[in-house]
Amino acid sequence: MSLLAAAARVTETTVTFQRAGVIVFAVVVFLLVFELVRRRALMERYALLWLGAAVVLVVLAVWRGLLTSVSGDLHIYTPVNALFAAGFVFAVSLLLHFSMVISRLSEQNKVLAQRLALLDQRVGTLEQGSELANGDAPIEAGTRAVGKR
Amino acid sequence: MNRYLAIVPAHNEVGAIAATIGEIHAAAPQFDVIVIDDGSTDDTGAAALAAGARVVSLPFNVGIGAAVQCGYLYAQAHGYEVAVQVDGDGQHDPRDIPRLLAALSAASDTHLVTGSRFLPAAGDGRAGDARAGHRSTAYRRLGIIVFARVVSMLTRQRVTDPTSGYRMTDRIGIELFARDYPSDYPEVEAIVLAHTYALHTREIGVRMRPRRSGRSKISTPVSVYYLLKVLLAVFVSALRTHPQAEPGPLSEGAP
Repeated sequence: MSLLAAAARVTETTVTFQRAGVIVFAVVVFLLVFELVRRRALMERYALLWLGAAVVLVVLAVWRGLLTSVSGDLHIYTPVNALFAAGFVFAVSLLLHFSMVISRLSEQNKVLAQRLALLDQRVGTLEQGSELANGDAPIEAGTRAVGKR
Repeated sequence: MNRYLAIVPAHNEVGAIAATIGEIHAAAPQFDVIVIDDGSTDDTGAAALAAGARVVSLPFNVGIGAAVQCGYLYAQAHGYEVAVQVDGDGQHDPRDIPRLLAALSAASDTHLVTGSRFLPAAGDGRAGDARAGHRSTAYRRLGIIVFARVVSMLTRQRVTDPTSGYRMTDRIGIELFARDYPSDYPEVEAIVLAHTYALHTREIGVRMRPRRSGRSKISTPVSVYYLLKVLLAVFVSALRTHPQAEPGPLSEGAP
């Protein structure tokens, strides 16, 4: 009898310890994200995502019955598996999202490089033309370069 | 100003670029030459300028597709009516340019002509010599055969050399490619793209030469990636529903 009570107490202590750990972890994530935003190393739109994830962790740690009832509703017998599944889906969708962001950035990067190069060439042509126009060369050299589009 | 433009993409081709430009000037004097210096770390740009070409220097290496597209953007902005792609490494013989132009002008509904190394090259009566002129690895030949089959199937016409970058196109093709051009390994996709926009294409035989400088970037593991990537892109682009080519002005095109 006392053995069972002791076992229950030990389990209770372990759970409390785990919850405290999760909360500390979430707070660390929270502070880290805040600091990164403050240093402008992370944009607000992505910061919100991570802050949201940290909040979810804290809620699950504080509200003990939530994970159990949610996983029960989903017919997942071990609550922790529901947590893993959710984390996995979260990570995969985040990675897919980042792949899309990188694809768009590469495309924009390409367009910028092309336009920069074309403008650079055009400025060179125009400068050459105006030097000719200012010097002894016939004026048409300059006007032709300017008129060329 | 000429109505014809030769687009020469070049990445670290200082050993070949001047000769290529000289050959284009000699063989096709009615063509302006624009060299797209794709972030070379050697003096390719300076050598091209010295050889009498105009040079557009990309600020960093953007890859062959984006470099070639930059040439088409130039052609579009400056009102050229015909553009031909000639590799800076000397593989493409500029003496074929007049023949490409003749083939492009021969039929008014032909918008793009590719120089194929697998068709007999006219003039000397010899068959296109893939073995002598252009040494390929077994993987590469296999890839070309696969691409040729797939592209022929998708375009419903015989395409023998879909990987050839020796291409000439008219104003419609210029405007299409200025707006939309594939990025890595673009040649195969570009042919399918042209067909998606209902541009008629044809091939004529040319002889390719061994490259004068630089090395092929396609090693064996890369060629497997190349094969899969291009097949994916080709099938996806065949599934896309593109409108007829009505490219807008430069400022509208950006996503």
